Amino acid sequence: MADRDYGFRTRAVHAGNVPDSATGARALPIYQSSAFVFDSTQDAAARFALQKYGTIYSRLANPTVASFEERVASLEGGLGAVATSSGLSAQFVTFASLAGAGDHIVASSNLYGGSITQLDVTLRRFGVETTFVASDDPADYAAAIIPGRTKLVFAETIANPSGDIADIAGLAEVAHAAELPLVIDSTIATPYLCRPIEWGADVVVHSATKFLGGHGTTLGGVVVESGRFDWSNHNFPLFEETVAHYGGLTWYGNFGEYAFLTRLRAEQLRDIGPALAPHSAFLLAQGVETLPYRMQAHVDNARRVAEWLEADPRIETVNWAGLPSHRHHARAAQYLPLGPSSVFGFVVKGGRAVGQGLIENVTLASHLANIGDAKTLIIHPASTTHAQLTEQQLVDGGVHPGLVRLSVGIEDADDIIFDLDQALDAALKGASA
Amino acid sequence: MSTTTPGSEADTATVTLANGLTCDIPASSPLAKLLRSQRTWVGPSGKERLGILRRARSVAIVGASPNPARSSYFVGTYLQQSSDYRVYFVNPNATEILGQPAYPDLASLPEVPDIVDVFRKASDIPSVMDDALAVGAPTVWVQLGIWNEEAARYGESKGLTVVMDRCIKVEHARFHGGLHLMGFDTGVISAKKQQR
Repeated sequence: MADRDYGFRTRAVHAGNVPDSATGARALPIYQSSAFVFDSTQDAAARFALQKYGTIYSRLANPTVASFEERVASLEGGLGAVATSSGLSAQFVTFASLAGAGDHIVASSNLYGGSITQLDVTLRRFGVETTFVASDDPADYAAAIIPGRTKLVFAETIANPSGDIADIAGLAEVAHAAELPLVIDSTIATPYLCRPIEWGADVVVHSATKFLGGHGTTLGGVVVESGRFDWSNHNFPLFEETVAHYGGLTWYGNFGEYAFLTRLRAEQLRDIGPALAPHSAFLLAQGVETLPYRMQAHVDNARRVAEWLEADPRIETVNWAGLPSHRHHARAAQYLPLGPSSVFGFVVKGGRAVGQGLIENVTLASHLANIGDAKTLIIHPASTTHAQLTEQQLVDGGVHPGLVRLSVGIEDADDIIFDLDQALDAALKGASA
Repeated sequence: MSTTTPGSEADTATVTLANGLTCDIPASSPLAKLLRSQRTWVGPSGKERLGILRRARSVAIVGASPNPARSSYFVGTYLQQSSDYRVYFVNPNATEILGQPAYPDLASLPEVPDIVDVFRKASDIPSVMDDALAVGAPTVWVQLGIWNEEAARYGESKGLTVVMDRCIKVEHARFHGGLHLMGFDTGVISAKKQQR
């Protein structure tokens, strides 16, 4: 082992994938096995008691999944990671590990629609209350914290479709002043563009389905933790209580900085069960190998498309923070110097009818409910991803009725622009006919 | 100079105040954390720690506990089952730990251990260093959460290799696949086969 801090591109290809000791397989082997044999009864007992590392059952740990976990942890600069079957389950196990009935979460109101409903519907029904902060000022998050009840602060690095950028360092300061962790959903940014842990975040969650996997083939999620948060502080007594199911250990006492992730795996994956499938982990890990190259192509194309849209008289506004006109342009330059990813909204003149017409007439961009594919994707949020939200929630989330969301792919930028151009023409013709 | 001991074995830190007096404070207190940020001793690098673990054939756990909830019990179980080391337990108040005899001191072991792994409070570390030197053990490995800079410098001045505030289980697992399996970043980038 060389004593060297390997670069991002090297780690994207190699981290978590040392050649298999049994076969020497160079590509990541897919361990498509639900369970693993024990060496002896003594071995089984030690594995179950967490006294030694070892596979038991693929809901808890699987060698192929581990490779994907370590790779993402390395790229984010975290202590480690726990992978899950989707981005929403990555969030859910995180929230479930930190908050219970009677507890409180402070979250941005500018979240993915599914995240809002997870907090506002399901977790609220379980007794976890969330205050959604409709502001980009960390001071307003501080004001929403309820001492003794709030367990975490939650925001997205890049919100969509507003394109807003979280002030991660400011939010970390607010959270840490109250001895709370800052949890950041960094799905749209990916660690190539922004590493929230370097700005003070404690936990980073991803929908790996998006840019990490990168090809629109595979659902998955991942939770990365910094290893820096003090889980022995008074807000998290569960970390210091005796755990009868694991032989009387205490999470913090026995695992120290490893406590959060060990507990997330041994308790939340055990009890909630959203394990990532080994074959999915293989596809996602394969995708991460080219993450740096794909993300660079995504932001380069996003810049071309956003600048073209902004200069076009048929367009009202473009919500890409890489443009000087965006209210978070300076924040984007600070947190995402290579560019604020390639998912953003724009508003067509002529409102809802022209927006829908545009989507009906594109032939290269795919009309579907996903983001972060190598292919350019397009959708009308108010009638699809955000349809379950109330009018007020739509406004809080920055969703204009004529807003179209674009996830710029890695095709030729000229072809993406050609497609949008002809579709806008057709939409305007249709609207005036 | 400050010393800290972990929550599982003891939860106070002995600190030296500006007036020269010492006192015990909770290890999780802001003062203890401030002192932690003022550390100056730097131990062996990752590659050097791997070298220490690779060269060793035997490990003696000083301060080993027969209580299954203790960190030392986890480490003992792991080393017995997941490494090729000959593992010895040292505890004058125990007779048997994990199916093996517990020895009263390092001098009573049937061989000189390559690594003396220590679960004792920070102020006891200098005397453990002396015991290790007396039997001729080359390395003293002070466990995660225990910090005594003066003792580390003392041991090094006498020719000992010192690792401090690191868990031998975690470090062994970092290089041998266990940590990887649990999704942690091992920092290992290699095109060579994983070692057992």
